[in-house]
Amino acid sequence: MPNIQKLQNLSGQAHIVGVGESNKLGKVPEKSPLAHHSEAALNALDDAGMQLSDVDALFTAGWSTLDVAEYLGIQPRYTDSTSVGGSSFVIHVAHALAAIAAGYCEVALITHGQSGRSDRAPIPRNPGTPMAQYEAPYGIIGPPVSYAMAARRYMYQYGEDRTRQAMAEIAVSTRKWANLNPMAYFYDKPTTFDEYHNSKWVAWPLHLLDCCLVTDAGAAIVITTAERARDAKNGSVKILGAGEGHDHSGISQMPDLTQAFGTYTGPQALEMAGVSHADIDLAMVYDSFTYTVLVSLENLGFCGPGEGPDFVASQRTAPGGEFPLNTNGGGLSYTHPGMYGIFTVVEAARQLRGQAGERQLDNCDVAVAHGTGGLLSSTGTIVLGAN
Amino acid sequence: MTDTTPKPQPISQPESDRYWEGLKNEEIWLQRSKATGKYQFYPRTFSISDPETGSDGIEWVRASGKAELYTFAIVHVAPHMGFVGDVPYITALVQLEEDVIVPTNIVGVTPEPDALQIGMSLKAVFEHNEGGQTLLKFRPA
Repeated sequence: MPNIQKLQNLSGQAHIVGVGESNKLGKVPEKSPLAHHSEAALNALDDAGMQLSDVDALFTAGWSTLDVAEYLGIQPRYTDSTSVGGSSFVIHVAHALAAIAAGYCEVALITHGQSGRSDRAPIPRNPGTPMAQYEAPYGIIGPPVSYAMAARRYMYQYGEDRTRQAMAEIAVSTRKWANLNPMAYFYDKPTTFDEYHNSKWVAWPLHLLDCCLVTDAGAAIVITTAERARDAKNGSVKILGAGEGHDHSGISQMPDLTQAFGTYTGPQALEMAGVSHADIDLAMVYDSFTYTVLVSLENLGFCGPGEGPDFVASQRTAPGGEFPLNTNGGGLSYTHPGMYGIFTVVEAARQLRGQAGERQLDNCDVAVAHGTGGLLSSTGTIVLGAN
Repeated sequence: MTDTTPKPQPISQPESDRYWEGLKNEEIWLQRSKATGKYQFYPRTFSISDPETGSDGIEWVRASGKAELYTFAIVHVAPHMGFVGDVPYITALVQLEEDVIVPTNIVGVTPEPDALQIGMSLKAVFEHNEGGQTLLKFRPA
């Protein structure tokens, strides 16, 4: 089991000093996935006031660090291709903290790049996994089908109408945030409850507007020691707490469809950081689907099991609401290339450094970024603090 | 768009040959731990409820084919070209009488939310396909 005392000593020993996206997000057929990795890397390093030659550790998912490092022309002395779905990049932040504190490296670069919409060479699924053997032959393939079955179970346990209303609230409030973010896919396109309820079924009970976007995008994060962070060009953000783990791969093996692994990683990250839920000014919660947000808020302990619908009611998570959530517009309305998790960290860092433009929160000292990967399979939670 | 793309077929592994062979004979064979009495799905080389005894700790038992609906979805956008001609279709997780969850399809019922109730009784249907494989599906009992 995690040793919380040791983890608390680790808290704050590394800082995020740079974040960035690739130059263009959305429909970008003219760029390869590796081009998104490299553009984002250079943008994040520029944000940090650093260069590629400063980087001595590389973290990525979806791709191997072998390919990304080769493309970037760097020779990392610490390498981590942990790939457990879209949560991976949040987990990489924690791994970078540990590696820097242990002395393996000083400047960690986490990159992401994926052409979910335009990829000329999508990565084929491994036909040898149990998921491929037992689920795919029945058309249980890809995220919407699995998340729909989880959402249906939640509705059975906690009430269909109030769950439906909560999913609509999340879709609408997240869009309002996207309308404040010029990089968001739906920046210029507001939505309504009616549009939500009238959008087509993808996999009942999920409407189209319950589902994240499918885009081309990249992002990157630069992390270094607390000492070197003092020279950061645009300020830095402390990495205070972290938790990671997973309990299944295919949805049919999930122990409880309403309890994802955030149930463990949330409390661990908060305890390591020495903060309580009341201290959190911003929650960046991976929104592959509206249901993912609903269940994650409960799992993280912001409210109890089945209380999510009350927690998000009446646009409480929208701009101006009591509980700012997914202020970049989320995977639902900003961007979602397939493994979105890194963008939760990018936005949290921007808000904590006061660089979020029109959507900047007034008081943002502590943020939580929570990634969910696979089919509610893995989670990574980090707590970040302003300097 | 074409309906002729084949559906993905199960590629049986050594530890699951008995399961898939059983379905061809319209029999459901599950693994059970000798020590704990717990069934498991899917087959492994040991019981996850009693790992230490290894392959000696498991036995194969024929299941009844009775189940209850645990959850479901109605798929409207085919996630794979092989299913384009099938939408809307019902995916489900069903709880077998032996207390294991199995991924499947519900057949013999209109693919509409009101036609399905979580907890409803189901019975096994063996669907033999052109590729010589048999899939385990369920219909209302």
